[in-house]
Amino acid sequence: MTALTRRKWLQRALGAVGGMTLTACDRIAQSEHVNSALDWAEGLNHRVQRVLLGRKALAREYSEKDISREFRANGTINPDTEEYNALAKSQFADWKLIVGGLVERPLQLSLEELRGMPSRSQITRHDCVEGWSCIGKWKGAQLSGVLARAGLKPAAKFIAFYCADTLELSLDGTGQYYETIDLIDAMHPQTLLAYEMNDKPLDIPHGAPLRLRLERQLGYKMAKYVMRIEAIEHFDKLFRGKGGYWEDRGYQWYAGI
Amino acid sequence: MSATASGQQPTSGTERALSDGRVALYRHPLTVRLTHWVNALCLLVLLLSGLQILNAHPALYWGEASPFDHPFLSFGSGDAPAFPGWITLPGYQDLASGRRWHFFFAWLFVLNGLLYLGYALLSGRVSRVLAPDREQLRHIGRSLIDHLRLRFPHGEEARRYNVLQKLSYLGVVFGVLPLMLLTGLTMSPGMDARLHFLTELFGGRQSARTLHFFTASALVLFFVIHIVAVIAAGPLNETRSMLTGWFVIKPGRRS
Repeated sequence: MTALTRRKWLQRALGAVGGMTLTACDRIAQSEHVNSALDWAEGLNHRVQRVLLGRKALAREYSEKDISREFRANGTINPDTEEYNALAKSQFADWKLIVGGLVERPLQLSLEELRGMPSRSQITRHDCVEGWSCIGKWKGAQLSGVLARAGLKPAAKFIAFYCADTLELSLDGTGQYYETIDLIDAMHPQTLLAYEMNDKPLDIPHGAPLRLRLERQLGYKMAKYVMRIEAIEHFDKLFRGKGGYWEDRGYQWYAGI
Repeated sequence: MSATASGQQPTSGTERALSDGRVALYRHPLTVRLTHWVNALCLLVLLLSGLQILNAHPALYWGEASPFDHPFLSFGSGDAPAFPGWITLPGYQDLASGRRWHFFFAWLFVLNGLLYLGYALLSGRVSRVLAPDREQLRHIGRSLIDHLRLRFPHGEEARRYNVLQKLSYLGVVFGVLPLMLLTGLTMSPGMDARLHFLTELFGGRQSARTLHFFTASALVLFFVIHIVAVIAAGPLNETRSMLTGWFVIKPGRRS
């Protein structure tokens, strides 16, 4: 055997062994049992953080000079549907946020009306699940105020946000963006329906006309292009049942880490 | 238990003479062996799933946020993943799965670490086995030279850990591994609302992420040195001692 063919043989043998281990690893990684066992950690993260953070611990707020020059827009950067484009053309003057589900008084709120509600302004750090962070200034109506006006029924346990954007085209319509949060987060003072970013009306890449700010969790929880919110008891009947677009694709529902 | 030929105190536990004149020492109690291997498994999975997570945004920054055009360090280029499939878990690009593996084994790592620490502190192992004495510290230079020549004691001196072993184990147990955990927790937007002093300490969330990577790199370096030392010192004896607890020395030899 020449050195060259020996080396080739060795490479192939190593490749085959490596390939087998890889396939074995990936088979384990794809197993449903393994994945549901691994999800134990998500429950633990959720419970431990709820105990440590409580209802009121505030996410850190920054000063004007900390605001990022470039705030990356991730996921959908323009819903680009006929309906959305028509709304955008008139600067969302004809748009109304629909508030429904398990509430005493269903609402339809224009941007003007939202601006008239109890608001909050905050400079916070946005942490993407991918690993990067950007700091931005947000102004919006506190979700707690909107829910108080609508009046939650006792059965309501979660708030669902339905969005104008479709991230994945699918026949059953489960590619539409949505999110759900519990009432502890919904009532948190920093949880906003934001209509302003860095002192300007929210632009299209960052979720115009309205996006959720949920400062103690990762970016994918903060739904953009929010069209309708609904108070619900369970989220297992929505879309694929995991409580959000990314959750339906394997990401944690509780995204505090 | 008996006093040794050279009059040194036996370090711990029992020992028995073998027929060929060598002496077997019960060096690693069960809790140490168990937590050692669970820790090894955790660190392997955490490293592979950590590289999977880093593949989602293979750039590191200093400070709180990410100035995208000025990364401190970035990996890879183009469309291929920065870290290839054979060092990531899973082997294909899947951030959601990487996170799931990472957090599960992070918890296992923490619980296992607490078990070890509780045992090591309560049993006095830290002061008895891991803390170097003055005599050892004085000869650190000599020990360093011996190590660089891959010459390890096999006789009486092998009864106890040598000074470099002690210092590196102490450094890993009380320095590097806790730093790994703390830099990891600092990246959590939830924990940040409660433990912001950590973010301040590490110089921001993105700095903590960068330090998380460098600390993991330090662990990989420790692993490499650890394995080289095991091979040079006698792989069978060393491996057996971490599996069964029994470590064999040759009392007749000085080194």
